[in-house]
Amino acid sequence: MLEFISYLVNGISLGSVYAIIALGYTMVYGIAKMLNFAHGDVIMVGGFVVFSTMSGMGLPPVISVLISIVVCTALGMLIERIAYKPLRKASKLAVLITAIGVSYFLQNVALLIYGSNTKSFTSVVSIDPISLADGAVIISGETIVTIIACIVIMAGLTSFIKYSKSGRAMLAVSEDSGAAQLMGVNVNATIALTFAIGSGLAAVAGVLLCSSYPALTPYTGAMPGIKAFVAAVFGGIGSIPGAFVGGILLGVIEILGKAYISAQLADAIVFAVLVIVLLVKPTGLLGKQIQEKV
Amino acid sequence: MKMKALSKNTRSNLITYGMVVTAYVVMEILLKAGMVSSLLRGLLVPLCMYVILAVSLNLVVGISGELSLGHAGFMCVGAFSSALFSLCMKEAVPAGALRFFLAILIGAAAGALFGFLIGVPVLRLRGDYLAIVTLAFGEIIKNVVNIIFLGRDVNGFHISIEDAFSLNMEPGGEVLINGPQGITGTPQDSSFFIGIVLILITLFVVINMVNSRTGRAIMAIRDNRIAAESVGINVTKYKLLAFTVSASLAGVAGVLYAHNLSTLAAQPKNFGYNMSIMILVFVVLGGIGNIRGSIIAAVVLTLLPEMLRSLNDYRMLMYAVVLIATMIFTSSPGGQAFRERYSLKALIGRKNQEKEA
Repeated sequence: MLEFISYLVNGISLGSVYAIIALGYTMVYGIAKMLNFAHGDVIMVGGFVVFSTMSGMGLPPVISVLISIVVCTALGMLIERIAYKPLRKASKLAVLITAIGVSYFLQNVALLIYGSNTKSFTSVVSIDPISLADGAVIISGETIVTIIACIVIMAGLTSFIKYSKSGRAMLAVSEDSGAAQLMGVNVNATIALTFAIGSGLAAVAGVLLCSSYPALTPYTGAMPGIKAFVAAVFGGIGSIPGAFVGGILLGVIEILGKAYISAQLADAIVFAVLVIVLLVKPTGLLGKQIQEKV
Repeated sequence: MKMKALSKNTRSNLITYGMVVTAYVVMEILLKAGMVSSLLRGLLVPLCMYVILAVSLNLVVGISGELSLGHAGFMCVGAFSSALFSLCMKEAVPAGALRFFLAILIGAAAGALFGFLIGVPVLRLRGDYLAIVTLAFGEIIKNVVNIIFLGRDVNGFHISIEDAFSLNMEPGGEVLINGPQGITGTPQDSSFFIGIVLILITLFVVINMVNSRTGRAIMAIRDNRIAAESVGINVTKYKLLAFTVSASLAGVAGVLYAHNLSTLAAQPKNFGYNMSIMILVFVVLGGIGNIRGSIIAAVVLTLLPEMLRSLNDYRMLMYAVVLIATMIFTSSPGGQAFRERYSLKALIGRKNQEKEA
């Protein structure tokens, strides 16, 4: 039972990281109607920025995390401006392929700078682990920080979208970008802001992920990126609470599957659950059912 | 006797077949003349495989209009089933050609079976949901293959998902599928010639399907599902047909892949979603729905990193830049205007105008 609790906590922690990444996917999808395949690689960039500034230059963790967020935010806006903006009216597939191109680009730039060797990442968290039930359940500092960060980000983002002017502009653009433009919303600026927020969150996710699983390579972001995308679809893509629920569930399923069923099959189990959910509810857990017009 | 003028469609298709045959003849002459580097020689069979994969995926993405990200999974199924068959039949059927022919049939059948089984639930979904579920199935196939252990001894076959020891085999039994290590000792029956023949068969199947009543039904569903349904087209049946045929052809490509290497193991590199995405890149860059474009894109994009080998570390970076630039150039409004102004047709037209003036 105690074992189960510690797996569960680990699962929620991993799931929190997925949820933060999935937020970026789901917001961009909701507003620009595109799958940003390069999102996972922004996570990797975030990890590397912290790695160089903290281990390389010896800056304090808080400063290097802030630098990482700034760099990733700028990177996200830059990618949007150069690669995606010209394709605003193009077919969905064309944008998808461009995103894949951006993903290759980021991976290879990282490969050129840092090489393919695995870097060992120093955790940014220096909180002592909490031990419960006489040390049978140990919750690491990383886990606590990850879960708290996820809750804070969720609450902050939800209120930002609900109460701020730019947030409501985002809602308007995702509902109907043409009508929003007519009402005086600056659609391009709103999309840029969405990319900026998503990429900034990706930096946070990258730092948290690398703190818990400290192996950093140019391909670190790819698999968590795909998993987070699965989480976003799982919860209903375009929905922010959906990304949260999907991310947490996915993390818990992955860790419990690894612990109780089979370590090699953990990924297959995650994907199998997704398949089953989508077959029962084709728009995800919290997705909106859109009626088709004839 | 009057010759019937060939329709535009038929002519275009003949050009496609001709292109493949010409490429083969040129390549053979170069090979005979010894002008081909060993690197390129090693790429010939993979090239054929990529072309088959791209053409077959185009059937789903271009003709049927569904985004599938799990094509590598069907390839994996075809590769493993046929490699297992060839390994078991090494003694029973010593004739390489016949055994390989049977292996291809097995691979195609296995691909079709999985395509059908996965297609039934998946094709109920639409758009991105369909894409992510096909991706999920591809990953599941890869993961499941990695934990299968299969051995054979005097008592018959033994299967396990633990490790090679829990197969409980009699002494003298051999391990056929060794989990993550996969299948070792597959006879290397693939050749460039067979690859070209398989490309031609693939083209024949896909082109004939597209130009038939079935193909028109599939395209009608792509263009407007509800309208197609209302004139009595069985949407599920035709979608499933396209998906199954495509999966079966991907299985054939897997057979080619498996019999080109002595060791076959399911890794993220060869059967993961990266592979599926790479095939999708061929299809989109070649032009969605354009069969000939898929062939050209598959060949060019496979050769590009090799041609850029002199750039060493920068080659994959260049590949990424070329990919992004091509998409922006072909799909953005600015790029399209540029192309229209400076295309060959426009330049000739302008010259003619100048002459008239």
